[in-house]
Parts: sequence; structure tokens; C-alpha cells
Amino acid sequence: MSNLTTGKPKIVPITGAGACAQAMRQINPDVVAAFPITPSTQIVEDFSTFVANGQVDTEFVTVESEHSAMSACIGASAAGGRVMTATSSAGMAYMWELLYVAASMRQPVLMSLVNRALTGPINIHCDHSDSMGARDAGWIQLYSETNQEAYDNLVMAARIAEHPDVRLPLMVCQDGFIISHSIQTMQLEDDKAVKAFVGPHLPYHSILDTAKPVTWGALDLQDYYIEHKRGQEQGMRNALRVIQEVSDDFAKTFGRQYNLFEDYRLEDAEIVLVAINSVAGEIKEVIDELRTKGEKVGLLKIRSFRPFPYEQIGQALSNAKIVTVLDRSASFGAHGPLFTEISTAVYNYASGRPLLMGHTFGLGGRELTLRHIEHVISESRICLDKGEVGNRQGMWLNVRGDKS
Amino acid sequence: MIESSGTLAELSPETKLMCERPGTFSGGHRMCAGCPTGLFTKMLTRVSDEYEIVAGNATGCLEVASSIFPYSSWQIPWIHTAFENASAMMSGVEACYRSLVRQGKMRKKLKFVVMGGDGGTYDIGLQSLSGAMERGHDLTYICYDNGAYMNTGVQRSSATPLGAATTTTPVGSEGSGRKGNRKDLTKIMLAHNLGYVAQASIHDIHDLFRKMKKAIDHDGPSFINLLSPCIPGWKIDADMAVESARQGVECNFWPLFEVENGKFTINYRPTVKKPVTDWVFSQGRFKHLKKHPDVIAAFQAEVDKQWAWLEMEEARTK
Ligand SMILES: Cc1ncc(C[n+]2csc(CCOP(=O)(O)OP(=O)(O)O)c2C)c(N)n1
Repeated sequence: MSNLTTGKPKIVPITGAGACAQAMRQINPDVVAAFPITPSTQIVEDFSTFVANGQVDTEFVTVESEHSAMSACIGASAAGGRVMTATSSAGMAYMWELLYVAASMRQPVLMSLVNRALTGPINIHCDHSDSMGARDAGWIQLYSETNQEAYDNLVMAARIAEHPDVRLPLMVCQDGFIISHSIQTMQLEDDKAVKAFVGPHLPYHSILDTAKPVTWGALDLQDYYIEHKRGQEQGMRNALRVIQEVSDDFAKTFGRQYNLFEDYRLEDAEIVLVAINSVAGEIKEVIDELRTKGEKVGLLKIRSFRPFPYEQIGQALSNAKIVTVLDRSASFGAHGPLFTEISTAVYNYASGRPLLMGHTFGLGGRELTLRHIEHVISESRICLDKGEVGNRQGMWLNVRGDKS
Repeated sequence: MIESSGTLAELSPETKLMCERPGTFSGGHRMCAGCPTGLFTKMLTRVSDEYEIVAGNATGCLEVASSIFPYSSWQIPWIHTAFENASAMMSGVEACYRSLVRQGKMRKKLKFVVMGGDGGTYDIGLQSLSGAMERGHDLTYICYDNGAYMNTGVQRSSATPLGAATTTTPVGSEGSGRKGNRKDLTKIMLAHNLGYVAQASIHDIHDLFRKMKKAIDHDGPSFINLLSPCIPGWKIDADMAVESARQGVECNFWPLFEVENGKFTINYRPTVKKPVTDWVFSQGRFKHLKKHPDVIAAFQAEVDKQWAWLEMEEARTK
């Protein structure tokens, strides 16, 4: 690896995908295995250039599918390497089977996921059906509102995933096109500083250690399987603490503080919106506007969806009067995945009893404008005044012909 | 019985190596009585003193029977993740090894072997196999071909021979076993222009050992297709696996040959050309074919055609 920068961080204009490729270059993984799919392709292309220019030590496996990408990542991780991949939508769906294997083998594979609608019908634009569908796969999921957050989350990823109390794969999610293809200015940290923050990768029962041969991936039947799954769950529970520890250290090192979620003008808020990823930016703008008019409105933005910080979120929503959750994916015949989690958090951990309302929006890249968000807030106000959500529950926003 | 190659009196240096070195694969596994699969797995560490072996497995009988937690028969590093991805998984292992060597973090010489049944190789794993071979990883893929998905209870695969009864090609008023000829995977692997491709049989361990050594010694991708009878799947007696494999070779159903950088060598020519019926009717899976002489004739014609092709290729590449 050559040409490491030393010195000051730089403010750069860069796309979200480009920012993640830069993080990967600075992390300098031993192996990357990836397959192109819009809108994550730029990550793979930029990274290939770093390989071609000798800027990384990485062996880049140009696999013939995403199924093979994840398989190769697991193999390389078992061989003691630090391993990364990038994908979207159908690409991650094609990895599905192996997502679970990576988690159960406790391989800290890192993924940069650019959220895109799952096919059916085919679409290339943003929604969260890909990562939300994988929420039970056993991966840590960190979400990012901006290019800076996508980059920062990836810089923190290895230390969280590889922590001995965790040892789980981790995906950093960002919104397809809205973030991946939009140029924003952000702070690109110095190469050496990132390298020092990330630290070396320590192999764990490497399959290349012929002196101590290990069997990885044995058949695990009814006499042991559930104990291994319980161990996996413990890793996830520990991750809540480790994510916060690593985030605090990141804040000390680079000056940007992240938590398990972001509370935006929440303390005295009567109406609280809950959202994930880029739409939080628009919501904040509307909140600032309405606050000047005296409307007590705030936002809770999810960063860690897996593990889900139920207790902290429940407490943060204790003073809310109505919580309106915006899901960017649908669970057909059921409430959206974020709404379900928020309801659980509020029911079990909030001292107050806010009304809970859930909406679905943005599937396949459908925009949600500032006007739509204002409307959501004024509807929330109406529900609050009436003391019930009524038939506004489960509305789909900005959909032609929705009579619900 | 016909001696196919070599006698114990005249041990080649390779055979000596095979007999002297400790094996890799301990007993106590749950393979069926008489299953010959463990014969080749035992040889893995015996092929050379110059390197050590890291192995990967596709889901299937060998994987399931050798690694029931908390036990493992594997005395070398071994990994399994899924049915269709063994080649991709081992691509990752091998790529990581190369990365670590390049960074000066690894000094040992290691070689990488992938194993899968015909289902995991001819069918669901074909794409990942093709990808790994095309990319040129230093992997030796050994397909133990028992002609069906045996682990799940004998369902047909694309390697199932014409007319064989399986649980998804059963015999009935309208069905006389598997329709059409098996896929010729060895030819598909030849189309990848690998440095080393061979067909071997579990009955001829001298030939098999020599081929395993060549394949694993070879730097770059190599492929061995290994005939490996299945006791319950072929409906043969538990002491008949080796003999049945021999008969499969004697009747030219499964020619022993190797292709080194495009040059064909037929390793064994039966002295007396036997009809396929000897082999076919020694197995329960074909017994209904007694009533289907047309299928038998088609079977024989296909075997003759493939043998003629092989002889032609050998002559062409002399
Ligand atoms: C994706 C997937 N599909 C199906 C299965 C079920 N399955 C496990 S092993 C097997 C058959 C294996 O056949 P083969 O590769 O020929 O090996 P053998 O069992 O004969 O050793 C099947 C169908 C699976 N484990 N994974």
C-alpha cells in the first residue's frame, strides 16, 4: 500500500458511493469480493482503480455473482482476512442464504449496502426493502443520512464487527441515488489517522493455520444448534454497547459524535417523526420551519436498526404525545418494520403513552417532498387533537389512487 | 477380475508416499457401510511433503457425514458453508492466502482442495465452479460423482445415467427411469482450458492418487471427476462399491483419462470390450431396463460414441 496521506482532514465534494470507496481504501481490507449492481457499482469501480494503482493490498475477487461474492467473503474471513463487499437490492437478495451463514459463523464481514428497491417489478431507485428484508439475518445494520455518515459508519464498522464481544457481520446502509449519486461536501479524514483508528485485524481460528486445524461450518443438529444461535444473539446484544463505545472513541478522534439514534429537537416535542436515512434531512428542514411557528415537533432518526435499542428509544419517546413512523419498505399485510419496532419500544419502555401512527412512503424511489412532510405533521396534529389515529393508520404517502 | 493398473509388488514412488504418510480423515464418520468416498479424502494429505492442504466442501453426503458437531473427521483445516458455493467460498480462502503472502504475513506453502458431489458440482454449483476456474484460483476441485443427490434420498441430478431409477425419476406405467443422457461435466471443464483435467475412479487408487497429486501440484485451477458408487443409490451390496466402479470403467461408461494443457491421455484401455449390460444389470437402479431393450441400446450407443470421441481426441493431441 502506497501514497498514504498524513496530515489534515480534507473537505471534499464526493458522492456517497465515492465516499464509501474512499473508506474502503483507507481500511485496506485483505480481500474484497463484489459484483456490480446499480446504484452501488461506483464503489466497486472506484475500488478497482485503487487496486490497479497499488493503493491497497487487497486481493479483489471479481466473482461471477453476489452469491459467490458473499461466499468468497466468508471464505476469506475464515482465512483470517479483513473482508469487505458492496451491493444493492437484488444483489443482496441473491446473497441471502449466505448472509445468515456469515452471521452464524461469526465472520465480521463488512458490507456497504446502497439501498434500492427489490425487484418485483424491477426498479433501480431507493427504498429499504433490501436491508429491511435482511433484518433477521444476524447482521448489524447501521443507517446513514448523508455521505459523511455513510463514510463515518464504514470507518467505525471494522472495530464494531470485529470486537471480541461481538464478532458479527455489519452492513452500512445509505440511500440509493439520493445519497450514493449525490455530491455533497464532507470531511475526508487523513489516511493514517483512519488506519490508526481502525487498527489491525486479528485472525480468529484461521483456516490457514494448518498447525491447529479447525472444522468450520459443521452440521449442527437439535442438540447444539440453539446454543450457537443464543451465542449469536449475545453478540448482537453486546453490540449495543460496543457501537456506542466505538462511536464515542470516533468522536474523540474525529470530532463527530454518533449515538445509536439521533434525537433532533426532541426534548419538548409533542409530535415526533421517526425515520431512517436521507429523508431525515428533509424532515429536519420542515421541523426547523414549523418550530419558528411554535409547533412542538421533533425527529428520532434511527442509526442502529440491528441491534435495535428498544430501551433507549422508548425512553426518548416518553414525553411525546404522538409518534409518527415513516417506513420506506412494506411488510405486506402487516405494519412496516420500523413501526413495529417503535411500537415495541414505546409499549415496553416509554413512561408516557403516545399515540402511534405508521405510514409507508418512498417505495421504488417515489419522492417525499417538504410539502408531504408538512402534511404528515399536520395530520399528526389532527390525530393528537382528536385523541385517536383512526383510519389514518397505515396510510401510504404520495400514492396515486390510495383511498385509505 | 481384471487388474486395471499396477500391482502391490511394484509400488511407484507415489504409491509409497500414499502408503507411508498419515491420512487426513479419521474413522467414526457416519458414511453408509461400504461407501467409498472416504478413500479419496484419506489421501489428501498424502500427496506431497512440499505443501499443506486446506479443504472446502459443498453440502452433501461427505460433508454431512464427516462433520456432525461436536465431532469432525477432518484432521486438516476444512470449511463448509452451503451446497452451491464451495468453489466461490474456496476462492475467498485462496484469495486471502495470496493477499497475506503478498503482504508478508504468511510464509507457509498451502494448496486448496474443493470437494462436492455431482449435485453440488454438475447442477447447483456449476456457476460458482465455472467462475472460480475461469478466474484462475489455485484450486483443485474433486467431484465425487455418485450419479444422484444421495444425501437427500437419491433424486436425479444431471449426472444420473440414462434409464436409472431415482426417487424423482421413478419407474411406473409411464416412466422408465431418467430420460436422456447425462451431462458431460468433464467436457465442460475442458472448455475452461484448465492446465489439468482428469477422470478417475475410486476403484483404481493408484491412478487416482497419481491424478490427485498432479492436480494439486499444478499451480492454478484443476479438476478431477471421480466415479464413486453409492450403495443405497445404486442399489448394490455394501461390499460392491469398488467392484461396481471397476465395472463402470471396464465397460467404458467411465473412461479413465487425463488432459494436461490440452493433451489427452487415455489411462486405461479395457483388454476385452465389455457390453454395458454387465455393469448396468449388477445394479438395482437399472433392473427395470430388462424390459426396455431400446434404452439399453441407446445407453450402449452413447458410451460407444463418447469412447470414440475420446480416442479421436487422444490421437488428435498426440
Ligand atoms: C440451496 C440448497 N438446496 C437444496 C439443498 C438440499 N440438499 C442438501 S444435499 C443435497 C444433495 C446433494 O447431492 P450431491 O451434490 O450429489 O452429493 P451427495 O449427497 O450425493 O454426496 C440437497 C439437494 C440444500 N442444502 N441447499
